[in-house]
Amino acid sequence: MPTQAKIALAGNPNSGKTTLFNELTGSRQHVGNYPGVTVEKKEGYYLVDESRITIVDLPGTYSLTAYSVEEVVARDFLANEKPAAVINITDASNLERNLYLTCQFLELGIPLVIALNMIDVAKTRGIAIDHDKLSALLGVPVIPIIARSGKGTADLMRKAVAVAKEERNWQPIHISYGEDLDATLLEMQDKIEKENFLTEVYPARWVAMKYLEQDSQILEIGRRQNVSLSQELEAMEKTVSDHLLKTMETYPEAMIADHRYGFIKSILIQDVINQRFDEDRLYISDRIDKLVTNRFLGPLIMFGVLFGLYKFTFTFSEIPLGFMETFFTWLGGIVDRILPDGQLKSLFLSGIIDGVGGVLGFVPLIMFMFFGIAILEDSGYLARAAFMMDRIFRIFGLHGSSVMPFIVSGGIAGGCAVPGVLATRTLRSRKERLATLLTVSFMNCGAKVPVLALLTAVFFSENQARVLFLLTLLAWAVALLVAKFLRLTVLSGKSTPFVMELPPYRFPTFKGLLIHTWERTWQYIKKAGTVILGISILLWAMMTYPGLPATERDAFEQQRQNIVSSYAIEIAQAHQQTDNVDSSPAALEEQSKLIAIDGAQAEAALRFSLAGRIGTWLENITWLTGFDWRTNIALLGGFAAKEIIISTLGTAYSLGEVDPEETGFLRETLANNPLWNPAMGMALIAFIMFYTPCFATVICIVREAGSWKWGLFSMVFNTFFAFTLAALIYRLALFMGFGG
Amino acid sequence: MAQLMLRQMQRKQSGTITAVKIGGELGRRIREMGLVPGTKITIQGRAPLYDPVALRVMGGTLTLRNNEADFIEVEIP
Repeated sequence: MPTQAKIALAGNPNSGKTTLFNELTGSRQHVGNYPGVTVEKKEGYYLVDESRITIVDLPGTYSLTAYSVEEVVARDFLANEKPAAVINITDASNLERNLYLTCQFLELGIPLVIALNMIDVAKTRGIAIDHDKLSALLGVPVIPIIARSGKGTADLMRKAVAVAKEERNWQPIHISYGEDLDATLLEMQDKIEKENFLTEVYPARWVAMKYLEQDSQILEIGRRQNVSLSQELEAMEKTVSDHLLKTMETYPEAMIADHRYGFIKSILIQDVINQRFDEDRLYISDRIDKLVTNRFLGPLIMFGVLFGLYKFTFTFSEIPLGFMETFFTWLGGIVDRILPDGQLKSLFLSGIIDGVGGVLGFVPLIMFMFFGIAILEDSGYLARAAFMMDRIFRIFGLHGSSVMPFIVSGGIAGGCAVPGVLATRTLRSRKERLATLLTVSFMNCGAKVPVLALLTAVFFSENQARVLFLLTLLAWAVALLVAKFLRLTVLSGKSTPFVMELPPYRFPTFKGLLIHTWERTWQYIKKAGTVILGISILLWAMMTYPGLPATERDAFEQQRQNIVSSYAIEIAQAHQQTDNVDSSPAALEEQSKLIAIDGAQAEAALRFSLAGRIGTWLENITWLTGFDWRTNIALLGGFAAKEIIISTLGTAYSLGEVDPEETGFLRETLANNPLWNPAMGMALIAFIMFYTPCFATVICIVREAGSWKWGLFSMVFNTFFAFTLAALIYRLALFMGFGG
Repeated sequence: MAQLMLRQMQRKQSGTITAVKIGGELGRRIREMGLVPGTKITIQGRAPLYDPVALRVMGGTLTLRNNEADFIEVEIP
C-alpha cells in the first residue's frame, strides 16, 4: 500500500461521522473547499504502522442523488478519486434507514467497511445487532464502535487498511428493482458496456440506474459524451416509465427506492436485529421533546435558549475584546511616540492598526458564537428550533433554521451580522440560505445601535426607548419582507423539502466543540481577515488623500500662531502668579481656541479628500433625502463599520473625532442645526438601518455565497432600497410638516 | 382498516404507509428517509402552529410539513 492511501469517511448526518473523524485525526486536520462550491472539504491524517493515511470526511448525506450539492460532491469524489476504501459510518440504533446509503455504496461497488456506531446507545434501547451475520449477508466487514469514546476505532482502522491494501476492483452488487426495471436495466447495461459509455468512471449498471432515476448530472455528462446513445437510453427510460405509470401509478425512481428498502428489510429480517422493546417506546429524548416542543412552553423555552446564546456570545466576548482594545491602544500609543507626525503615522494608526483591530475585533464574537451554536447543533436542539419556527419563516420563503442567523445578527438589538452570516451554515437548502444571508444585515447590529441612539436622542428625545424598540421591530419586518421579495424574484423557486431528522438529544463532546470553534475562527481570520484589512487601508486613504494644499495648511498654522502670540503675555503673567499655568483662564481659553482650529482644519481636510469630494458630489442625489455632504461622508465611512458614522460626523462638524460612547456635544450641535429636522432624521435612520452592510459583512457574504456577485448585490441592492425608502420618508414627512 | 392522508392523522395514531404519490426532489427526500410503502409510522406531535408534524419512523423521529404529508397515504388498523 502506498503511504498516501486515501480512505473516505461517509455516512448520514447525525450518525457520528464528525465525532469519528475528530477521534481518528485529532488536530491533524485541514479544512478547505471543494472546487467551485461552498461545501467544506475536510482532510486529516491517521498514523498506522509508520504509514500515513489520508482520511477525507465526505459531507453527511442520506443518499447519492444529484439533488443537493453535498451529494454530488460526495459521489464525484468517490467516482473520480476512487479512494482505496470507504468507511461507512452508521447509527446502530437507527440502522434500517442508515443502510439506505450503504445500499448505494454497494451498488457502486466501492471497497467498503461498515462502522456500526453507537452500539452502546442501541444496547440501552434493547437493540442487539448480530454484526457478523450482517457482515456475511452484505459481504463487507462490519465493525461495532463507539466513536465518542474511541472504542473499536483501532479495530476499524486495521480492517479499513486491510481492505485498502487489497486494491481490488469495484464489485457492484445487483439489487432487483422488479421485473420491468430489471429487464430495462439489463438492456441498458448491455448498450453501455458495448460503447464503453462513461464506464471509465462509473460501473455500467450504475449509469443505467441513474438514467432510470433521471439523474440530472449523469444525463448532462452523458449527452455531452455520446448524444445518440444518451438519447436512446432516455427513450428506454421513457417507455418503462410510461408503462409503470399506467400499470402501477409509480415512477422508476420510486420503485428503485422501494426496492432498496425491501432489500434492507430482507437482510435485517434474518435475525440480524433483535429488538427487545417496542420500537415506539419513549426514551429520555422523547420525554424532553414533549416538554421542549410543547405548544406553549416550547416557544418560551426557545426564546429563552436563543436569548441565552445571545447573552453568552455578546457578554463573554466582551472580556477578550477588552483585552484586545487595551492592547491596540497600547500599540497605538507606542507608534504615536516613535513615529514623527505625518502621513506614515496616520497610515499606521488609522489604516493598519485600526484595520487589524477591526479584523480581530470580530474574532472573540465569532469564537463564542460558534461555540454556542456548536452546543445547540451537536446537542440536537437546533433542529427543534427549526421545527417550531418553520411555519412562520416559511411564509417569507425562508426555513425554520433561519431563526438563528437573524437573532445573532441583531434580531435582539445589538448583535453582529458577521457571525450571523457565518451562522447561515446550519441551513442546508441553498435558496433559503441565500435569502437569509442577504437579509440578516438589516438587523440592528451592535455598531448601528449607538448611531441610532444618537439620532433618536436628537429627534425623539422624549420617548427614545420606545422608538428604539420600534426600530428593532421595523428591522425584523423589513428583513422578512425583503426575504420574501428576493424569494419571489432573484431567488425564486419552490421551497426545499423540510423532511428532516430530529436526532436524539446528545451531550456534545468537548473535543468536538473546540475543534469546530477553532476551525471556523481560523477560516475567518485567514480568508476574510486579509481582505478586510486591505479595504480598511483603502478607506483610510480615501479619507486622507489628497491632503490639503500647502497654502491652506499654512493658513491654519498662521491662525494657530496668532492665537499663541495673542495669549503670550497673559500666560506669562499667569506664570508668575501660579505654578499651575495650564488651568489659568488664559491658558484654557487658548487651548479651546486651538482645538477649534484643529477641528476646522480636520473638517477642511476631510472635505478636500477623495471621500469628501465624493460626499460633496453625492449632494446631487441626496437632496432627495435631505442629506448634506457631511452626512454623506459619514455614511461612506459607515461602510467600514457603522459606528464610524459618529466619529466621521464629528470630524465633519469640526468637533474632532467623537467617541461613540460620549456623544453629548455632537448631539447638541446636530439638534441646533436647522438642516437636521425631524424629516431628515427619520430618513437618515431608515437609510442607516438598511443601506449596504459594512464591508466585513460583505466579505463574509462573498465567502459564504461562493461568489462576488452576491456581495456586490447586497451592496447595490441594499443601498438602492434604503435610499428609495429614505427619499419616500423624507418627502412624505416634509409634506406632513416635519420639516421645521 | 381505513385509508387516510398523513395530514389527517391524530397525535399518537399509528399506521402503515401504503403509497407516496409524488416524484421529483420531494418524493426522493421522502423516500430516502424511509417513508416508503410498508413502513410503520406513529404521529409524535405537531409544532406549536400545528405545522410541521413529527413522526416516529424506524426508531427515529422525522419532521415534515403538512403540505408534504399530503402526498403520503396511510392505512390505519
